[in-house]
Amino acid sequence: MHWIGEAAVTALILIGAFFLLVGSFGLAKLPDLMRRLHGPSKSTTLGIGSLLIASMLYFAIAGAHISFHELLITIFLFLTAPVTAHMLAKAHILRSQTDRASLPPTNRPSGWATLDVEK
Amino acid sequence: MIATACLIALIATSVAILLNLYRLAIGPDVTDRILALDTMVINAIGLIVLLGIYYGTTIYFEAAMLIAMVGFVTTVAFCKYLLRGNVIE
Repeated sequence: MHWIGEAAVTALILIGAFFLLVGSFGLAKLPDLMRRLHGPSKSTTLGIGSLLIASMLYFAIAGAHISFHELLITIFLFLTAPVTAHMLAKAHILRSQTDRASLPPTNRPSGWATLDVEK
Repeated sequence: MIATACLIALIATSVAILLNLYRLAIGPDVTDRILALDTMVINAIGLIVLLGIYYGTTIYFEAAMLIAMVGFVTTVAFCKYLLRGNVIE
């Protein structure tokens, strides 16, 4: 294997592991849920994307053919991370009394983070 | 060089999973625990991909893909249950 490809794969692996660790550290350290959401939804997604690109590059250089499985996983994770963060934020607003009290009124019967049922 | 980087990254990802476990244990609310579980699933995908690079085999990618899908569906089902009191209405 050429040394440039090896160095690129090494750098991508180390960057990915660093961002995974930073995201999990933010999850453990930050004070409340709305701030804790930032770590996993941004930093961890970047880390896993970097690791999967490293894997794709490694098997493209070492193996005979390029595989696109990793690209599939990357696209799937990048699409689902915002959806997960949004659902968690909605569940948190619905459950937290202090956060609901600080929000402006919605002028709807049910209020924030839930659906009005048609009677 | 790649094997050494894989070992370092495996150690870092394992420490990240331990930090998720800490948040899962002490999380004040149930949403914190769901977030910790979701992050743990992503870290597990990272571990699987790193093992695939370390052993030089491509047979682990289907496992990573399946864990990604199951993790997403699990998180959305938990949140849906909290939001609506039911998963499939």
